[in-house]
Amino acid sequence: MDVSLPANETSFFADADALAREIPDGACVALPPDYSLVAMDVVRALIRRRARSLKLLGVPVLGLCADLLIGAGCVSEVETSAVSLGEAGAAPRFTDAVERGQLRVKDATCPMVHSGLQAAEKGVPFMPLRGVLGSDLVRHRPEWKVIQNPMSETPDPILVAGAIQPDVALFHARWADRAGNVWIGRRRELATIAHAARRCYVTFEELREGDMLEDELLAPGVLGSVYVTGVARAARGAWPLGVADVYPIDDAHLAHYADAARTPEGFQRYLEEFVWNRTHEKSSSPARSLA
Amino acid sequence: MEPYAREELLACTLARLIGDAAHVAVGAASPIPATACMLLRERNGGRPRLSLLHRRRGNPFTEGSRELFDLAGQGRIDVFFLGGAQIDGEANINLVGTGAYPRVEARFPGSFGSAFMYFAAKRTILFREEHSNRVLVPKVDFISAPGWSPPEVWRAGGPQALVTGKAIFAWQPEKRRFRLESVHPGHAAVEIREHTGFDYDAAAHIAVTAEPTPEELALLHGPVGREIASNYPDFARRVWGIAG
Repeated sequence: MDVSLPANETSFFADADALAREIPDGACVALPPDYSLVAMDVVRALIRRRARSLKLLGVPVLGLCADLLIGAGCVSEVETSAVSLGEAGAAPRFTDAVERGQLRVKDATCPMVHSGLQAAEKGVPFMPLRGVLGSDLVRHRPEWKVIQNPMSETPDPILVAGAIQPDVALFHARWADRAGNVWIGRRRELATIAHAARRCYVTFEELREGDMLEDELLAPGVLGSVYVTGVARAARGAWPLGVADVYPIDDAHLAHYADAARTPEGFQRYLEEFVWNRTHEKSSSPARSLA
Repeated sequence: MEPYAREELLACTLARLIGDAAHVAVGAASPIPATACMLLRERNGGRPRLSLLHRRRGNPFTEGSRELFDLAGQGRIDVFFLGGAQIDGEANINLVGTGAYPRVEARFPGSFGSAFMYFAAKRTILFREEHSNRVLVPKVDFISAPGWSPPEVWRAGGPQALVTGKAIFAWQPEKRRFRLESVHPGHAAVEIREHTGFDYDAAAHIAVTAEPTPEELALLHGPVGREIASNYPDFARRVWGIAG
């Protein structure tokens, strides 16, 4: 494992497009689920910069962000426990790409992803996990090893997850401060991703004055700047997904997307309107096209 | 025309199977299991504890999504729900796809946490509304999570029952085989046999699934429906006409 991770001085970037330029083609990018602060502005910027051969890691599952990147041709591989749009149904571009044999999927199960990242954040080579044995997932993931529990005198097979070190952790946060700390609240899986990844890029809703680590009420929800490579302001940057207490997930938009993306043509029209056209309104009220 | 919705019959059925569990966790896109738990909570003064994993506000966890798996691994979850694009007669479930993996014919979202939760929760209720030969198959094409494990493999719990839109099957761990427990009102045992792709045990006379009581329906139409609407707005609108 790479032990030469720098103690970052957090860089401030102009906008989500500038952050997207820091994420190289071919990178393994760890992303949170739709309910957990997705940096959607950077996802749209990655499509605009025509990113290629990204390897997405779902922590532990993926949704809209992955479906957009897959449909736009930015992705060569996904490792995830699922890809779904939640109440809006299946992820249409993911489903289509897999059924056509155009996308490699490394199927996982949620706690194996968490365990692999936890091994990386502790700097140890693996982490054991109960269960899973007998699942076909194990047969198709040769890097998942089954060992004898070394603490047991009797036969006790147990699965171990190898450390997962993504190239990039990418997510959105409610606040950043000038020291480069970001506030993620209860979404601590984002901290796990950031700890495990080589680099971490975060968009934030608002700049907060003062050092959040000196505020006892805020500090437990803070990811310290030591892990944060770069940040950029992105107001409503998670839209059409939500930020708790700021704006909710835009269910009408997700339903519109799920319907539009059923065909490649509908998906391209969606990209024209909401990705290539940068003047669209990021509104929870239905956009013009939905009227 | 029955005086209740199909979803209400299923929620009441699941509530009876949950019984006196202390802690139930309900995953994504599971409004009927969530409704079953809310119904029990309204009736039993807040028991069981319900951890709705995808609650939009006030999620029960503060350590991120791994916390569910950590506490399940410790034995703190009594009942969990799993579905399956395919479910077979050995209670194996497939959430990945049909055909010869990895070249699947139809791809489904993925295994989620099933491969762990099926082992760690003390009881798992399998729930799938569609009751057809397409879903209930002799052998799943891909085992996301196995229905049983050999004796040397750690396993805290396993399947309790399989509930579909037509019937309830009980799981017989010693025989590794389902037994038809009851058919829902309006369905017949012969119809179940015809639409089930796997073999199962059945008594000569099969009971009819208990219908919702007036008391249960009153709770569903009132406080339970309102509570469900905040997390499953589309579902609450469809079943009870309640705005989220």
